[in-house]
Amino acid sequence: MGSTTISTTALADPKAMAAARKHPEREQVDSAVVRFAGDSGDGMQLTGGQFTLATAFAGNELATFPDFPAEIRAPAGTTFGVSSFQINFGSRTIKTSGDAFDTLIAMNPAALKVELHGLKPGGVVIVDTASFTDRNLAKAGYAANPLEDDTLDGYRVIELDIAKLTMEAVKDSGLSKKEALRCKNLWTLGFVYWIYDRDRRPTAEWLAAKFANRPDLAAANTAAMDAGHRVAETMDLPDGIHGYAVDRAEIAPGTYRTVTGAEALAWGLAAGAHLADLRMVFASYPITPASPLLHSLSHLTGHNVVTFQAEDEIAAACAAIGASYGGSLGVTSSSGPGIALKTEAIGFAISTELPLVIVNSQRGGPSTGLPTKTEQSDLFQAVWGRNGDSPLPVLAARSPSDGFETAIEAVRIALRYMTPVFLLTDGYIGNAAEPWNIPNIEDFNPIPVRFRTEPEGFHPFLRDPETLARAWALPGTPGLEHRLGGLEKDYDSGHISYDAANHQRMTDARRNKVLGIADDIPPQKVEAGGESGRLAVVGWGSTFGPISRAVSNLLDEGREISHIHLRHIWPLPSNLGPLLRGFEKVLVPEMNTGQLATLLRSEYLIPAEGLNKVSGQPFKITEIEAAVRARLEA
Amino acid sequence: MNVVPSSDALTSKDFATDQEVRWCPGCGDYAILKSVQKTLAEIGARRENTVFVSGIGCAARFPYYIDTYGLHTIHGRAPAFATGLKLANPELDVWLVSGDGDALSIGGNHLFHLLRRNVDVQFLLFNNEVYGLTKGQYSPTSRSGMRSPSTPQGSLDAPASAAVFALGAGAGFVARSVDTDQKHMPEVLKRAHSHRGASFVEIFQNCKVYNDGVFGKFTDRDVAPDMQVRCVHGAPLVFGGEDEKGLRLDRESLTLEAVTIGRDGVTEADILVHDETSKPLAQMLAAMEPPHLPVAIGVLYAVPGATYDRAVAEVVAKKTAGGKPDFNALLRKGATWTVS
Repeated sequence: MGSTTISTTALADPKAMAAARKHPEREQVDSAVVRFAGDSGDGMQLTGGQFTLATAFAGNELATFPDFPAEIRAPAGTTFGVSSFQINFGSRTIKTSGDAFDTLIAMNPAALKVELHGLKPGGVVIVDTASFTDRNLAKAGYAANPLEDDTLDGYRVIELDIAKLTMEAVKDSGLSKKEALRCKNLWTLGFVYWIYDRDRRPTAEWLAAKFANRPDLAAANTAAMDAGHRVAETMDLPDGIHGYAVDRAEIAPGTYRTVTGAEALAWGLAAGAHLADLRMVFASYPITPASPLLHSLSHLTGHNVVTFQAEDEIAAACAAIGASYGGSLGVTSSSGPGIALKTEAIGFAISTELPLVIVNSQRGGPSTGLPTKTEQSDLFQAVWGRNGDSPLPVLAARSPSDGFETAIEAVRIALRYMTPVFLLTDGYIGNAAEPWNIPNIEDFNPIPVRFRTEPEGFHPFLRDPETLARAWALPGTPGLEHRLGGLEKDYDSGHISYDAANHQRMTDARRNKVLGIADDIPPQKVEAGGESGRLAVVGWGSTFGPISRAVSNLLDEGREISHIHLRHIWPLPSNLGPLLRGFEKVLVPEMNTGQLATLLRSEYLIPAEGLNKVSGQPFKITEIEAAVRARLEA
Repeated sequence: MNVVPSSDALTSKDFATDQEVRWCPGCGDYAILKSVQKTLAEIGARRENTVFVSGIGCAARFPYYIDTYGLHTIHGRAPAFATGLKLANPELDVWLVSGDGDALSIGGNHLFHLLRRNVDVQFLLFNNEVYGLTKGQYSPTSRSGMRSPSTPQGSLDAPASAAVFALGAGAGFVARSVDTDQKHMPEVLKRAHSHRGASFVEIFQNCKVYNDGVFGKFTDRDVAPDMQVRCVHGAPLVFGGEDEKGLRLDRESLTLEAVTIGRDGVTEADILVHDETSKPLAQMLAAMEPPHLPVAIGVLYAVPGATYDRAVAEVVAKKTAGGKPDFNALLRKGATWTVS
């Protein structure tokens, strides 16, 4: 898309448009979950992204879940090569990408095999019959054609020869057969656009911009989309299938855009540097699923953001620290295995007390683990995973757009306290998109940074009595020449010191500096429910969506429960202990084997209980509801 | 580097700190420290604009003894810290100090990329062919068969040549000197400093405690003239007490050979003239080893090229020429919609 601003009030009235069509009787639904699934090379992520944009323009609330394999082009037709994109949208508040889906688009037998179990009973499944060849059926592990046996009994099936229909749609385009077949996803998108009454214009504009240098491709893809739309509009759909209408959601006034977690984080980090009036040096090494952050930031050179693709994870961390030493805001980013490599450098930043933000886009572990699947299992690594007593603050983003404010907060703490700060996100948040009420940068407080320039009385570990942060004296400043390193420093001079009592004093100072941040962060609030009660569901990071929806459903049932969601993992907010003690039970849903639960138990000696899942998939709302009910009824 | 000489000139003593130097008595590092302090005075370095960055090891303590800015970082990673520092402030004059273990073992990867990217810094490798601070284990430059606490039967792996590595990595400036040569080293360091780009200097440094005399066969006074060839751009590559020996290219095998002028029909015209812009020559010089060939000392190779830090600074300057951009416009770029 270009820099177009479309006011939704200018869009045609959907009801009037629908009335002119063959199927005027659209069924009104308040939300729907759609899952696009195909081969990794089928363009399902792109298709889902465009459906998201069109849905945002339709004024719905939405949440998405891109779910794709680690291989870029896994062998075609295999189950492990299936790439999927799920979107939940509606006229009501949408908090997750949805549990079971209403409509499944399966571009091949493997996609059907992998995804069918997630389709609601009676749900709609759209299949491309052209791909149901003997060879593809065998690759997917089907002994018989599921379109011909009882596999799809109980579902509503739309069988389309999408390959053939696409070829017909683009036959005048002059494209090769191979290029023409690549338009299949746009044909399918057009078809689903009709089913859910989405406007095609945002996608048409996007295609025109994307293929500005290949107008033939733009035209062919647009033609395919239009053809898919027309077929849906005019065909006799099987019994029980018709178009749907999803009304606009009640959305707060404002200017909106869709944003992925990686984009929001990138802009948040840049906003932090902007508010501090510093250059940002972002040093990173490509790794799934953290790389989109590097990509987003590499476009921001005009905002004084320098991106450095280092030779490895260690170099990335060290370069970021070197940049902070030189007076920039150093930021580095990775996922679990890469963070492990940065560990020694992070300890160095703790010891030299230099500002640094470390972003961890968590993925399944241990070791290489599940690169494209989400997990929250690096909490211990962030809070405790270094040699020596080496405290640092840890924050976590709860949703794609929340990355913006969380990143600004991470930058503020790093600069105010001269400390490395961990910012945890995960593969789910990073790739998922949601509509975002775009904030005004003027509404954020500036982040004051004072470089030391006065030589009188200076030494490099002179501390601010309030924050305990040391003085930041930049190379280039006359009279402040000093040496800084990872050896222990004398408290009163900053020189190397091996003195035992001094090491105790410096260890205490580093600890107290970080613990003191607890008094400089907002008190923990309760997201939903009362300030005390029978059960608190405590979460952090990307479990926000499912916990929030589950708790709100249970509150509607009259249950006496509350939802508490942490942004600050370390130090914990100073009121959290008393708050949690006001509940009979504390349940901590996490996509790990119980890390926050352990932290809360050790800090507060409360019987916090874990609800744990490491399947690479986010929690379903029903899973949390069931767990809460079981505890309340126990 | 664009270092503006200070009006009130500093002496080498002005670059000494109040910290007690803690290398072993007789360590070659003392002589190098003296040469570096002398060089800084002679080039008119500004203390506040100069940064010494090091990793871990005996050599890495160097920043504590130089009264400029100093960053004593973690093992092998000084090049990465220095690269980040130059991205934050390309105007700083950055020197790196490293040892053979720090630079070529744990930090080999970073040194490679520092040289390849051509970050505008000076990299001094104090090569003593041994791990000193960890008490005498063999290093990646140790000769095969070296007996050490970790190789009581003698080491089994082949050594790396620092200068050959640097040239292979794409360094635009490669030079060598010897710790005790107080006349030669400051001149080499001055050349390294004036070179725009990553300047790599290997300094043969004697470890009195764990590897004493390892370079004796070409640094001892009685053998040095015959076993060192001093490379001077535009001058013939001659050596020996009377400059009676020289290097000749064997055109059949494309290798260097040591010859004596006046013997076997060899004339001065047969002797190669040093061309520091020739990479093939530099590679042959760097690879020379005793006893058949002398060790090449001096500036082996010097070809300036575009530096990474300057290139980044230029892109940033161009992109930010319009002043502080509108952050709100960034957030609103692309498709937006308004709900009223």
